[in-house]
Amino acid sequence: MDLSNFFVTGDPLILGSQIAIGLTMVGLVVLITYLKKWKWLWEEWFTTVDHKKIGIMYIIAGVLMFFRGGVDGLMMRTQTSRPNMEFLDAQHYNEVFTTHGVVMILFMAMPLLIGIINVVMPLQIGARDVAFPKLNALSFWTFFVGAMLFNVSFVIGGSPDAGWTAYMPLAGKEFSPDIGNNYYAIALQIAGIGTLASGINFIVTILKMRAPGMKLMRMPMFTWTTLVTSVLIVAAFPILTVALAQMSLDRIFGAHFFTVAAGGDPMLWLNLFWLWGHPEVYIVVLPAFGMFSEVIATFSRKNLFGYATMVLSIVGIAFLSMLVWVHHFYTMGNSAAVNSVFSITTMMIAIPTGVKIFNWLFTMRKGRIKFSNAMLWSLAFIPCFTIGGVTGVMLAMAAADYQYHNTMFLVAHFHYVLIPGVVFAVFAGLYYWWPKMFGFKLNEKIGKWHFWLFIIGFNLTFMPMFFIGLDGMSRRMYTYSESTGWGPWLLLSAIGAFILAAGFAALVYNIYWSFRYASRDIGGDPWDARTLEWATASPVQEYNFAVVPEVSDHDEFWNMKKAGRTKIKREDIKDIHMPSSSGIPILFSIALGIVGFFLVFEWITLAAIFSVLIIAGLIANSFDYDDGYHIPAEKVWETERKWRGDL
Amino acid sequence: MASHTSTPLEYSTKQNEMNILGFWIFLGAEIVLFSTLFASYAVLEGSTVGGPAQGEIFVLKDVLIETFLLLTSSFTMGLALHQMRDNNKTAMLVWTVITLLLGAGFVYFEINEFIHYVHEGLTMQTNAFGSAFFTLLGTHGLHVSLGIGWVLMLIIQILRRGITAVTARKFFIVSLYWHFLDVVWIFIFTFVYLKGLM
Repeated sequence: MDLSNFFVTGDPLILGSQIAIGLTMVGLVVLITYLKKWKWLWEEWFTTVDHKKIGIMYIIAGVLMFFRGGVDGLMMRTQTSRPNMEFLDAQHYNEVFTTHGVVMILFMAMPLLIGIINVVMPLQIGARDVAFPKLNALSFWTFFVGAMLFNVSFVIGGSPDAGWTAYMPLAGKEFSPDIGNNYYAIALQIAGIGTLASGINFIVTILKMRAPGMKLMRMPMFTWTTLVTSVLIVAAFPILTVALAQMSLDRIFGAHFFTVAAGGDPMLWLNLFWLWGHPEVYIVVLPAFGMFSEVIATFSRKNLFGYATMVLSIVGIAFLSMLVWVHHFYTMGNSAAVNSVFSITTMMIAIPTGVKIFNWLFTMRKGRIKFSNAMLWSLAFIPCFTIGGVTGVMLAMAAADYQYHNTMFLVAHFHYVLIPGVVFAVFAGLYYWWPKMFGFKLNEKIGKWHFWLFIIGFNLTFMPMFFIGLDGMSRRMYTYSESTGWGPWLLLSAIGAFILAAGFAALVYNIYWSFRYASRDIGGDPWDARTLEWATASPVQEYNFAVVPEVSDHDEFWNMKKAGRTKIKREDIKDIHMPSSSGIPILFSIALGIVGFFLVFEWITLAAIFSVLIIAGLIANSFDYDDGYHIPAEKVWETERKWRGDL
Repeated sequence: MASHTSTPLEYSTKQNEMNILGFWIFLGAEIVLFSTLFASYAVLEGSTVGGPAQGEIFVLKDVLIETFLLLTSSFTMGLALHQMRDNNKTAMLVWTVITLLLGAGFVYFEINEFIHYVHEGLTMQTNAFGSAFFTLLGTHGLHVSLGIGWVLMLIIQILRRGITAVTARKFFIVSLYWHFLDVVWIFIFTFVYLKGLM
């Protein structure tokens, strides 16, 4: 790698970003130094192992990445808003749709969901933290370092440009000689470590740390979906690890996994990628289903309809999700028999998903529905997601898929699945659990602006794509001629995208407004909710539960309220053991980031030298015998009295 | 076997139980990882364009030595764990050091084997077979090497702290890891070497 190409040059948009990024960094450093907040940041956040704070950091990172991916999206829709538009050139457009996809799936959807899981799941099962708090911090920091490494690509060295799927041989050295796709291979690898660790962490937490009496079939639905998603993570992410390692070896060390001339097989990449990639879709959508289940039950003021069938459906969906990967490449040379098998398994997924939709509808039936913002997002999810699901069944039919494979129809389909399925859920979850995290509600009125702008914008943006897709427009086209007749549709789509962005802006404004003005006097249970997380203070005390509750049925907190069992007794409070903060996770992740950066630039010697830091981190961790500390019962009692009032 | 009737030391605390369960799940992820490497090898093993085929370069004697060393090390690791449960620190450390020596011997012979292949004209850059072969074997060898470093760290900790609930748990986990690598090697021996020599 030639040093003169270190910074990306020659594009005014990118130059502007470089200056903006530079100024923002300097500004942040100056501001933090001026406010003397470095020590506070290090002690309270960078080294924290508290699941709630880690969750909040995930959520902040996820919202920032949503902004970044969203800007990519706006650039694409601006470029295609008119025929022969000259806003982005072909190369820049390739980079933008690639980073949009990667950022939105791996650095927006994943952290927002894992963040909410982190905050909520341990509270739902009555635990004091996750099973491995320090590992949890490591998960966050490896994700964060991976995300940052990926994000600097567009100003330093150049972005990946072979699509978020990075198909071989296009993403190989021969056709993509620039280092952009090295970023893809290395940054995703680093972030993937954290995701796998999260998966293991959540499984052990759920299996081993439930409150007494909480049998598996009494767990809240969100906890169930977290468990199943975590199993999927453990089963699927190692496949991505291997695929990315093979890509790195091919690109950086001259191996031949995917180069046809030396006997490699590009289809190997496709199979491995989608063996991970399809379960990944369910990894992000299952926790989202869990959030809707909680929100719908709470605001319908009824228990969830068909609990057992809900559990069976998520297990069924997870199982089937491992058996459908070929449907991503029906047109790439499989026999009719193979296509038929995968066609059937794909359509079968619609059955458990349909069961879930009906369960949600029946939960609402005869309920006294309260139209809070969280509930609005859940209500909007059902029709929008169903459109995505039904078009998915259309795509599942292998013979028909030849017509719309890789067209805008597909793009419309997966946005109709992932935006209602994941983004609406995250919004519902944020409005719902926000008071638990921060001790104040988001404003409902500004929330309505957020809701309506986003819903209208979303449908305007993606609905037209179904039609131009059926009309033959393939995905990832950066320009088109007027004679295609797609112009008006794409202009409508672009307008929709900006309305959508306005909706996002309303959310950001809502956060700002509520932070400044919203009432802090909301108590532990502002929604009159059903599950155990609402038995704690808002925001939650650092030790979560002063006394771990005994669980006798579903929706335990609801039962506790009905039976008047929410009070705690002084003599039940014991000293509470807490894990200590640790600097190892962040420092170790930074070491990974440094080595990763050198590998991206193919500076092998430097990477090898700095690998010593990684080894040092492992050794330091092996010798770390910190056993945590105890909060005395007296102090717990004081804290509890403060938020519960008289006891 | 009176000393084995109660709960073993490594399972004596809740945190220990969770760590061990977590490591079992991690081994599940490792199984997926190695399965993917095996599958890639199965797809690419015939792609020997421009290089030697398996039968031309594999030397059964060297591979048998490696197999013998690694399988024996798994046995001695078991003996070390047995001594740990009997709270016999010295014997435990002796068996652990023997395990390490056998493991180091394995890595030594494997590196020699790789050098041999390079002289015969097979590198990771030769063809797809070379890439898949060295990646599968290299990942396993790297795991063994990391394991050696890991056990070394634990030897120091056991020397300093003795056999406690925490060190017992750590040692139990590293022994699981070690046996797992042994199992992977049996698959490598069968599906790479024996199949390649057929």
